Amino acid sequence: MRMRVALFVTCLVDNFYPRVAESMVRILNSCGVEVEFPPEQTCCGQPAFNSGYAQQARVVGRTLLEAFADFDYVVSPSGSCAGMVHHHYPSLFDADPDETRSARELVPKTYEFSQFLVHVLGVTDLGAFFPHRVTYHPSCHGSRLLGVKEEPLQLLAGVRGLDLVPLPHAEDCCGFGGAFAVKMPEISTAMATEKADWVTETGAEVLVGTDMGCLMNIGGRLRHMGRSVRVMHLAELLHEGMEQGRG
Amino acid sequence: MTGVGAGAKDTTTISGRSHAALADDFLRAAVRFTTDRLKDRKRGATEELGRWEEWRERGRAIRSHTVANLDHYLRQFVANARAAGAAVHFAADAQEASAAVLGIVQEKQATLVAKSKSMVSEEIHINSRLEEHGVRVVETDLGEYIIQLAHETPSHIIIPAIHKTREQIKDLFTHDGGQDLGTDTKALVAFARSKLRETFLAADIGMTGCNFGIAESGSVVLFTNEGNADMVSALPKTHIVVMGMERVLPTFADLEVMANLLPRSATGQKVITYMSVITGPRRAREVSGPTELHIVILDNGRSSQLGDAEFQDVLNCIRCGACLNVCPVYRHVGGHAYGSVYPGPIGAVLTPLLLQGEEFADLPNASSLCGACYEACPVKIPLHDMLVALRRRAAQRKAKPGGVRVDRERVAWSGYATLFAKPGRYRLVTRVARIVQAPLARDGYIESTFGPLVGWTGSRHAPALAPEPFRDRFSRMKQDVKVARQNDGKAAESDPR
Ligand code: SF4
Repeated sequence: MRMRVALFVTCLVDNFYPRVAESMVRILNSCGVEVEFPPEQTCCGQPAFNSGYAQQARVVGRTLLEAFADFDYVVSPSGSCAGMVHHHYPSLFDADPDETRSARELVPKTYEFSQFLVHVLGVTDLGAFFPHRVTYHPSCHGSRLLGVKEEPLQLLAGVRGLDLVPLPHAEDCCGFGGAFAVKMPEISTAMATEKADWVTETGAEVLVGTDMGCLMNIGGRLRHMGRSVRVMHLAELLHEGMEQGRG
Repeated sequence: MTGVGAGAKDTTTISGRSHAALADDFLRAAVRFTTDRLKDRKRGATEELGRWEEWRERGRAIRSHTVANLDHYLRQFVANARAAGAAVHFAADAQEASAAVLGIVQEKQATLVAKSKSMVSEEIHINSRLEEHGVRVVETDLGEYIIQLAHETPSHIIIPAIHKTREQIKDLFTHDGGQDLGTDTKALVAFARSKLRETFLAADIGMTGCNFGIAESGSVVLFTNEGNADMVSALPKTHIVVMGMERVLPTFADLEVMANLLPRSATGQKVITYMSVITGPRRAREVSGPTELHIVILDNGRSSQLGDAEFQDVLNCIRCGACLNVCPVYRHVGGHAYGSVYPGPIGAVLTPLLLQGEEFADLPNASSLCGACYEACPVKIPLHDMLVALRRRAAQRKAKPGGVRVDRERVAWSGYATLFAKPGRYRLVTRVARIVQAPLARDGYIESTFGPLVGWTGSRHAPALAPEPFRDRFSRMKQDVKVARQNDGKAAESDPR
């Protein structure tokens, strides 16, 4: 039986960075996976949850329980949103037995994009060619809550021509943190500035990551500071590299 | 949402206090330098030990078990301490604890108290209380001594003067000693040592904290690097220990695990330089030690955490400071911005828990929830989850009758919930937003220096909404699933936005 794979697009990518989702679909297609998009999904509820408004998060998170009930795999471009499901859904939905069951079912089938490629599809070499100096920012939630540490690096190692330069203090948070960036703008900006400075110091042309929230923050700061580093999601980089690899 | 913009002169909130810290380049450089060094050393020390995750799990298990059975182990500790000859006092809050200490000091007609570093004594503000009563208090830990000279409070649990540069320390010592001592660490330390030696010998009372109390023997265990706790506890006639009620460990075998975890996590040391185990006052056949040992056991909000599933584990803390060293917020604003005795992630959790009320209710907001604190914690306290739980608690408090009249944040999140709960509404609202943003969007970015998101747009470019959301585009996307990768057909519609 064919496995059914749903794209868990996340509200941020859906509205601001549709190209990232499209790159994911193209890459998965090339690996022989057809992707479905259940339109019932809106947002995982994390912004409200992290601000202390769990009830509001629950109401929104239900859209995911419904959207993904019939799928074997759920793949997200964000380790943070996938992490929200893994880390918080079982307790967020513990009041209603039906919801508890759907939440528990959703957890093991929810993957961050690079995790899905490496662990489910067993792919690390996509035949991509990307002859640029690149540095990688590991996002906090993806790496710490979900344990996605090696997978993005394995995929980058499979790209021909790519010169990966280590990012100093890579594991330090970029200062995004959702509402934190708006509530504590000065602290958040100080964190983003340090991150942007380290990125610049690497001399990389491209900053790659696996979470658009963080990349929006670092990219927004880099641009504000007048730095010309290109900021890309891993899926975008791989897809662009695959096109080049073919050409 | 309440954003405090640049220029705010507000010392009642962490964002206000951070404003000053962020402008202090010396402070930030000093904090960055030392925390980086501590982090590196810790990494080295844990790698060298190996199986660090298993050690953490052992540490967590011991602390969780002890805290879950705290009444039992505390009773055992007290009984054994008393049997060994110690006088034990219980204090429900900071006021009672400092009164107990003051009572002993006055009874002994003491005029000079020598102290070794203790966060719990900061918690009960004992120095100012004693000084009000004409008693001189001298801090004998080098870092604490610096802080005392500067008339400040510690800004780190382990490195009290972490925010001071070497130049600043030199100035303090020069002022104190009446001669230029230079910036050479050795000279500064030698100067402090000689001053402090006089204190040890002249002090009527020695006062320390307590890293661990061993239930099976009633012993107080102290960890220091300078050996000053040894002197403080052994030389003066009376020794007062102030200890948090959760500081108990069942056995010496448990202490061995902690002796592996604590120094490595705190400073990256394999072993602590001095570990003193004090069981009761001096006995008849012993040649040194105080003739009286008093142990003041402090509750101060701790027992309220017992039985609270969300927060009980906060009592697992062994005050190693590792969570401060990895915290990106602490890194940029230092400890004083927290405005509380305990700074950093543990402070942001512990302070609002111990001291209920509004004063510190905003501390849990000062975190991006990056989880570095949890990852660093040798006893695996889920600080990042506790921060969220505290935010939840604050939101619930605001919703109660008598809470704030209009919780604007609740209004905002309820609006979000209403709109995002149904895909149709979600779609509609994002469509409307696209129309509204049109005049502001340029080149894929929003340009706006006002409005609710100014905290963002003031320092960062904000992306504009894409002309078409992915969900609309997906319905037109033709997928080109390849069975074999060499298939070369280009997918339809791969134009980027
Ligand atoms: S919370 Fe954990 S890391 Fe922080 S001081 Fe306590 S024991 Fe150390």
